[in-house]
Amino acid sequence: MPEINLSCPVPLPAGDRILLAHGGGGKLMNQLIERVFLPAFSNPALECRHDGATLTVGGARLAFTTDSYVVHPMVFPGGNIGDLAVNGTVNDLAMCGARPLYLSSGFILEEGLETETLCRVVESMRLAAQAAGVSLVTGDTKVVDRGKADGIFINTAGIGLVEHSLSIGPQSVQPGDAVILSGDLGAHGVAILSVREGLEFEAPIVSDTAPLWAPVEALLKAGIEIHCLRDLTRGGLASTLNEIAGTRQVGVRIREVDIPVEDAVRGACEILGLDPLYVANEGRFAAFVPAVQAQRTVEILAQFPVCNGAIIAGEVVEDAPGVVVLLSRIGGNRVVDMLSGEQLPRIC
Amino acid sequence: MKYVDEYRDPAAASRLAQEIRRAARHPWTIMEICGGQTHTIMKSGLQDLLPAEITLVHGPGCPVCVTPIELIDKAVEIASRPEAILCSFGDMLRVPGSGRSLFDAKASGGDVRIVYSPMDALKLARAHPERQVVFFAVGFETTAPANAMAVWQASREGIENFSALVAHVLVPPAIEAILQSSNCRVQAFLAPGHVCTVMGYREYEPLAARYHVPVVVTGFEPVDLLEGVSMAVAQLEAGRAEVENQYSRAVARMGNQPAQQRVAEVFEVSDRQWRGIGEIPASGLRLREPYRRFDACERFGLLAAGAREPKECISGLVLQGLKKPYECPAFGGQCTPERPLGAPMVSSEGACAAYYQYGKREHARN
Repeated sequence: MPEINLSCPVPLPAGDRILLAHGGGGKLMNQLIERVFLPAFSNPALECRHDGATLTVGGARLAFTTDSYVVHPMVFPGGNIGDLAVNGTVNDLAMCGARPLYLSSGFILEEGLETETLCRVVESMRLAAQAAGVSLVTGDTKVVDRGKADGIFINTAGIGLVEHSLSIGPQSVQPGDAVILSGDLGAHGVAILSVREGLEFEAPIVSDTAPLWAPVEALLKAGIEIHCLRDLTRGGLASTLNEIAGTRQVGVRIREVDIPVEDAVRGACEILGLDPLYVANEGRFAAFVPAVQAQRTVEILAQFPVCNGAIIAGEVVEDAPGVVVLLSRIGGNRVVDMLSGEQLPRIC
Repeated sequence: MKYVDEYRDPAAASRLAQEIRRAARHPWTIMEICGGQTHTIMKSGLQDLLPAEITLVHGPGCPVCVTPIELIDKAVEIASRPEAILCSFGDMLRVPGSGRSLFDAKASGGDVRIVYSPMDALKLARAHPERQVVFFAVGFETTAPANAMAVWQASREGIENFSALVAHVLVPPAIEAILQSSNCRVQAFLAPGHVCTVMGYREYEPLAARYHVPVVVTGFEPVDLLEGVSMAVAQLEAGRAEVENQYSRAVARMGNQPAQQRVAEVFEVSDRQWRGIGEIPASGLRLREPYRRFDACERFGLLAAGAREPKECISGLVLQGLKKPYECPAFGGQCTPERPLGAPMVSSEGACAAYYQYGKREHARN
């Protein structure tokens, strides 16, 4: 047996193309935002880097946001691309603390799409808009050659009204704030993956897609001094907390035992080698509120079915600015980093 | 959740940690072989529970990390051919070859697909008879039976547009290489539970005897690992060197014999290059003659390119447990998961990625 020779792998040159991971909500996407979009469009509203921009127009405070929906499969347990496109944008407005009022909708349709499929999606959008109390007031339709899109892509933009004087966003987060989680994690991402991968579970895992304005409105009406709200979409809880810790330069501590994940979702994550902290949700959010109001916040949220798993999951601290630390179930500490690419299934 | 919660139980963990603290009278260095074990250690902050006497070092058991750069280059080359569909476990896609990764090949138009099983690749081959479907058969003994089965079925059904780019490695020769290295400081091993589920643990008995080193077959949950450490420490303190089985809920001494038979029918043992480590004799698997027509290298006429790896990163030392990832000057600066210098920073089982993702210990401590 020869003495072990050491050789070392080669440096990877910086990629010069867009990778799927640039859209994954993790570090690469943040790099894209910081290096391409922010320098090009720099302005104070954009630099808040919240889910939407809050603007003052003629004395009224408006929230404005946009999002595109390219989910595959188009139909999944618990929803389809249509209700997702309404709820997602409604929730981005709600996360600004704004009452969602009006949406636009741009459709990019692939040649050959069955009209019936489009009608189903549109009907879902109608119902979702009705449930969220918003009107779809303008839109656009484009059709592209077969193969240039995947059935239906939808872009929605939304306008909401800010009816309070709070400044809700990462800039208002304070050391000492409690981190409230509105419910269990991971159902949406796992529902999508299970269809994509053809996995079947004893009880089907259903997406959590839902509008979130009603619980946020209840918090505002009850006088909760909300510092920040974020829905836990792409990149999941871990990426959201990292974004806020990074933007505000505070530390965030969370406790693994307090983070609810349904057994079926946990099981699927174990099988697929995924961490539920990074899995996307479409009806869950984190709220940063003063510690003295934490219990009250949970009580109010728990009155809404969509938030009945609400819990105090952690707190904001002064030390370790920019870092999210998790106290593990067995009592060890670890850093919860932002996802660096997409979560990849493991080999064994 | 059954079979998970009891192995993440705080009370059981704290009881085992106490046991280890009581038993450990001397400093001991223990290597966990498998990258999955390394990740559990980092993810659960398990080192916070261990006394200062115990040093855990992380072994070479990450298939992504030890797959030679030449094979990644070959996979990228195959993926760049218009007739090919390159199927891989997700982990391999981000690993840098000497130029590009499979992700880069995909972004440049290559048909690269993530699969969960070699059987999915076989299904693709049946569905696309006009394409060449290649499965990147990476892994230790754990994945060998399924990969052997895929090739065996392709042969039986005459699916001639299927082939495998074989990069299989074996654990016992790697342990022996580490033990024979003059700078070895490992005093006991936690053997990889999943590998032993397939292979059993007879192969480790001669190693334990010849090198007088305790080997504990260990599972992947925090309580498994603490129990494995506790059993290893008990052996070390008592001067014993035996093979013990902590992971008895999954592992039997003889392993899964039908699986072993299928592997032996399709594969034969061969010498193998380990990325960052070098060639280890009789440490890999290649297709036997009757199945060699399913070898992707032969099918595509790929020659050994002799890719060279410069000396920027210390992954070889990390994979042998000689250095911790944070002792590398490139760690976290020049080398991050987004721009990895070496494979251990890429894979979800790689030690460097585990330290980067969960570590930054100076922040994690109170």
